[in-house]
Amino acid sequence: MERRAFYRNPVLPWLLIGPQLLLVLVFFYWPTSQALYWAFTLEQPWGGGNSWVWLDNFIAIFRDREYWATVVRSAFYAMCTTGLSMAVALFLACFVDRSLKGTKLFQSVYVWPYAIAAPAAGVAFRFIFAPQSGIIGSINQIWPGIWDPSTNGVHALAMIIICHAWLGIGYNFIFFLAALQMIPRSITEAGAMDGARPLRRMFDLQLPLIAPTVFFLLIMNLISSFTDSFGLIDTMTEGGPVGSTEVMVYRLFIDGFRGLDYSGAAAQSIVLMLLVIALTFVQFKWVEKRVHYN
Amino acid sequence: MIERSPIFNIVTYAAMTLGLLVVLVPFWIVVVAGSQSLQEVSRVPIVLWPSSHLWENIQAAWLRADLGPKMINSFIVAIGVTAGKIILASISAFAIVFFDFKARMVCFWLIFITLMLPLEVRIVPTYAIAANALLPFQFVLDTLGITGLVQAVTSVRIGLEWNLLNSYTGLILPLVATATGTFLYRQFFMTIPDELIEASKMDGASPVRFFFDVLLPLSRTNMLALATIMFVSSWNQYLWPLLITTDRANYGTVVMQLKALIPTQNGTPDWNVTMAGALIIMLPPLLVVALMQRWFVRGLITRDK
Repeated sequence: MERRAFYRNPVLPWLLIGPQLLLVLVFFYWPTSQALYWAFTLEQPWGGGNSWVWLDNFIAIFRDREYWATVVRSAFYAMCTTGLSMAVALFLACFVDRSLKGTKLFQSVYVWPYAIAAPAAGVAFRFIFAPQSGIIGSINQIWPGIWDPSTNGVHALAMIIICHAWLGIGYNFIFFLAALQMIPRSITEAGAMDGARPLRRMFDLQLPLIAPTVFFLLIMNLISSFTDSFGLIDTMTEGGPVGSTEVMVYRLFIDGFRGLDYSGAAAQSIVLMLLVIALTFVQFKWVEKRVHYN
Repeated sequence: MIERSPIFNIVTYAAMTLGLLVVLVPFWIVVVAGSQSLQEVSRVPIVLWPSSHLWENIQAAWLRADLGPKMINSFIVAIGVTAGKIILASISAFAIVFFDFKARMVCFWLIFITLMLPLEVRIVPTYAIAANALLPFQFVLDTLGITGLVQAVTSVRIGLEWNLLNSYTGLILPLVATATGTFLYRQFFMTIPDELIEASKMDGASPVRFFFDVLLPLSRTNMLALATIMFVSSWNQYLWPLLITTDRANYGTVVMQLKALIPTQNGTPDWNVTMAGALIIMLPPLLVVALMQRWFVRGLITRDK
């Protein structure tokens, strides 16, 4: 949209936008360029600055079998949390969209997980899934040793995925419901007139019409599960048992701050950045093609 | 509701109740376990009904994790970040939308692109900058040769340093830049009709006056929505405070303390205290979301679409 009525002032806009630009330059662009610099250089063991090593850091991490295991694990993690969280949220939104009496009450509770800090949920779920505690752990009394996330990597990963998916329910629900309520009533009524039952309308009418939202949420969830898992993993398993819940963000943190391998961590940062940028671009491409109802 | 279908209504209620269970069970377990004694919480299987020890457990958790000062820190950081974000977002969007200057689109994109790279993926270099926030300026001075020049003339070497570790500035400042907030405000400001600006110009109002007397009152609902989202996200920050505060006693936030509440491998499994602690730590953002639901839902949707 082009404005006709503008203010003209040589100084004021810069004063207004200056603080934010400064912050962005110092805390965003400088670190990002620093990450690029580190990713292509290697610190000398005896001091004396960094030497340019081209792609050596990247080759090193890509040759590392364990890094690939982390990548595969992150991808699996992202797909599971995204699928699970979106499925639950969509299921709930479809029923809430019927707006029967009392629905508002349900609706407001479904949003709650959005407010919870990942580490807080992590601690709660760690208790819920603890093998010695009396909730999920109760089944160990019937079949001893059947559930133990502290030694079994698959159990540990499943526990984190469930927690992450639960945290995402609120956010996904809000968007699904908004999208469903945006569908004009006349379309749904026309469908009902033609004899389409609720289930049929859901698959043939509502789902195709909210496809853009589904896609938007798919990308947002994937990005979030690649980047936001740190708080959960750190409070629930710390990457263990034996690295079986170590995803890309967590490994980046460990290599950078525990191992003090800045170059390796920077290279991993770049890989992760490229991944997030790619996902965002896919989304922008799609946003162009919106669904129109009329 | 399109058609009357009693059976499908029952199915709907059943499904919604099931959803309620899925969402509420973790909350319920936190409350229940937080209110039980050590014996009750260690029972297998656990009795899923609250007991009477909630207050004692909260006190124990409060003491163990030193939650008093940490709560104050959390509030300072969350409110500081929220206020900072709203101020910066509104004035930047004001400049971008209502002023005619050449670089406005460049500025907008410079801010907007930061959306693509969350803090987590650039955490190591961001930490390095927090150790000295003036590093980029030093670099500029060095490359331009100004450092050398000044040193030759006055024999004083310019060494800019501003350490942000263990300070409220460090906890707040790097989180204050906001692409989403700026975007939200920009979207809103673009819906303001041109006539309004022309009218206020006609009445002799300066841009600053226009901002305070026209734009801010109009954007109140947006502000509430943004404030809710920002408060929740800044209260729930974990990784950044963890890195920037080595002096946990003075600058730690409550969310960082959660890990300290978990029973150790060979210690007493007093999960009741842990859950009571988790309960009070998760409460403030939950209350904000529950109370502000109407506004924040709208804000979230306009922001991300």
